[in-house]
Amino acid sequence: MNHKIKNIIPQLLTLLFVVSVIGFFTINAQLNMDERGIDFGYGFLNQESSFDVQFSLIEYDGSHSYAKAYLVGLLNTILVSVLGIIFCTIIGVIIGIARLSPNYLIRNTAAWYVEFFRNVPLLLQIFFWYYAALRALPLPENTEPIFGVTYLTVKGYYIPRLIWENFDILIYSILAAIISIMFIRNYARKLQEEKGQQLPVLMISAGLLLIFPAITFVTGMVQLEVALPVLKQLSKTSFIYAEGLSVPPELLALVLALSLYTATFVAECVRAGVQGVSKGQKEAAASVGLTPNQILKLVIMPQALRIIIPPTTNQYLNLTKNSSLAAAIAYPDLVLVFAGTALMQTGRAIEIVSITMLTYLTLSLAISLLMNWYNKKIAIKEK
Amino acid sequence: MLRTLKTLMYLLTSVALLVSFETGAMAAKKSKTLKKTQKMGFVRCGVSQGLPGFSNADASGNWTGVDVDLCRAVAAATLGDSGKVKFFPLSAKERFTALTSGEIDVLSRNTTWTLSRDADIGLTFVGVNFYDGQGFMVRKSSGITSVNQFKAGVSACTNLGTTTELNMRDFFNSKGIKYEPVTFEKADEVVAAYDAGRCDTYTTDKSGLAAQRIKLSKPNDHIVLPETISKEPLGPVVRQGDAVWEDIVRWSLNVMIEAEEYGITSANADSMKSSDNPAVKRLVGAEGELGAAFGLDNDWSLRIIKQVGNYGESYKRNIADTGILPDRGPNQLWTKGGILYVPPAR
Repeated sequence: MNHKIKNIIPQLLTLLFVVSVIGFFTINAQLNMDERGIDFGYGFLNQESSFDVQFSLIEYDGSHSYAKAYLVGLLNTILVSVLGIIFCTIIGVIIGIARLSPNYLIRNTAAWYVEFFRNVPLLLQIFFWYYAALRALPLPENTEPIFGVTYLTVKGYYIPRLIWENFDILIYSILAAIISIMFIRNYARKLQEEKGQQLPVLMISAGLLLIFPAITFVTGMVQLEVALPVLKQLSKTSFIYAEGLSVPPELLALVLALSLYTATFVAECVRAGVQGVSKGQKEAAASVGLTPNQILKLVIMPQALRIIIPPTTNQYLNLTKNSSLAAAIAYPDLVLVFAGTALMQTGRAIEIVSITMLTYLTLSLAISLLMNWYNKKIAIKEK
Repeated sequence: MLRTLKTLMYLLTSVALLVSFETGAMAAKKSKTLKKTQKMGFVRCGVSQGLPGFSNADASGNWTGVDVDLCRAVAAATLGDSGKVKFFPLSAKERFTALTSGEIDVLSRNTTWTLSRDADIGLTFVGVNFYDGQGFMVRKSSGITSVNQFKAGVSACTNLGTTTELNMRDFFNSKGIKYEPVTFEKADEVVAAYDAGRCDTYTTDKSGLAAQRIKLSKPNDHIVLPETISKEPLGPVVRQGDAVWEDIVRWSLNVMIEAEEYGITSANADSMKSSDNPAVKRLVGAEGELGAAFGLDNDWSLRIIKQVGNYGESYKRNIADTGILPDRGPNQLWTKGGILYVPPAR
């Protein structure tokens, strides 16, 4: 009994402390806002925002609500995070494996890359890409095309726009391909277990993924038009590329900086993961007659991934949160659009900052959940 | 032991009572903000991060500009010394929060007076110290001479969180032109982006355009288009809820303008005490009890004029002589064809 109370008292005190701290700040804010004639409420979200945003994934202009402006910012944040995560993973894996290369030059170049990009502050790198590298690009009218149809200029990267007809049918065909692949994989596993025969699953999968969408094209169900960027004159000395798609330089700089920076940490995770699998595993696998490819796929990677995933999750979270540095270079992310312009135009600091914080928290938790699920999936299943 | 405690309690209670009586009597005359300011010994003034003519710091950290002069006037009135100002350089985004949260007491930062800002977010605009309007700057070589020549796809650089952002939309919308807004938090970043060719045009208040043009690599290669697309009355702002402080700031501005109207300058202010005109005598503190209403002495307005000067002097020193806008335009006295007209100080 006595022991129980002793256990409960510190917990009660902690709870009391937390509640009173939150209570203090709430009451303090309320009193001061009352005194200064500021009212509190989220009603402004339905009001017309009356400002435009440079770059949006959904249809938006100033006649839409603040809630829609919030969505625009959120989607832009998600866009830059997803692009950053994809690129930092690709670069990170390549660099991580390169650091283990027996080739002296490759190994050391990778090591220098990691040391350099990891030890320069991220904000500085963003400034470098935006103000030094991308600002030095030529004006649209002086630009030489890259790959024949894309143009990298100081006003942005202009690429062809794809205009789909019946895009949804294409999606369905890809889904159908994925489902058939799952069936074939099941069948292949059965075949392997029962008769010891092996199917070239990878080849079949790739083929299906190509054939299914191709059928929709050939039969004319899905049509694709490509709109190439065309130089358009705005005034005597000012040009842009119209028709195509324009990737703003702010987005380019941000994705470049975020992925190059985070890739160094991912690379270290990958290296640690691969080195963490003991040599004996590889030798044992070789001695039972597995090919080098099979050793990597069936023995090394499953064990390495268990070491790689948790710290890499942290890096993905960091990247997502670091994307808020976008505000420094005018990329219209959540912080710039919502916690910037919208906050300024409405003056509702507490409401908007609380929404923004909650959003980042939700984003981070969502990434965590996803990665934890994946981690569980590849973890050792004890029977 | 118990007795000493009792005596102590008694003492404490009487002190508390005395203090509360004192503050009760003072509150009638003095504002909370004024009291705090006098206790600290300086006026906390929010200014821009560098806008020549309005609020700009030189290499040794001395602030100048018409917005700066307003804060100096408040310091001269309340503390007796126009030098007792602490300046807080704020971005457009930070300015209102800094004021409502009590970090500063006067916001004098080329801020446009609008209904929603005045009514919605705990702010009070006390007057107008510069009548401005939004314009566009373009490269001379572009051949553009009017806003009607903008075409769809034009990119416009401007400051984040300003009325400029809203006016720009209204303007391009009314013309049916699709445009690309690029917004930065700091004015210097906007100017750099425009200079590098990231944007075809730079838009902000015309006074701002004139002031920022000096910062471009080749100022003469750029022109400000003649059209003005909005009304931008710029003025000082205070927190809601302290009416006396609000009055002090409002009348510090009004005194500067009225002093110009009556020809009182920093040089002749003392000699004006013997003027025949009662309006002049009131402004230099030789007649009436104007300061008492704010809880200030009677020389408060004289100090403003002597230490800071009248509005015309401030304009000449900061905006005309620096070559930003030599022509006063609407910012001329109503008696000389402008629209500066303030209520009488009496």
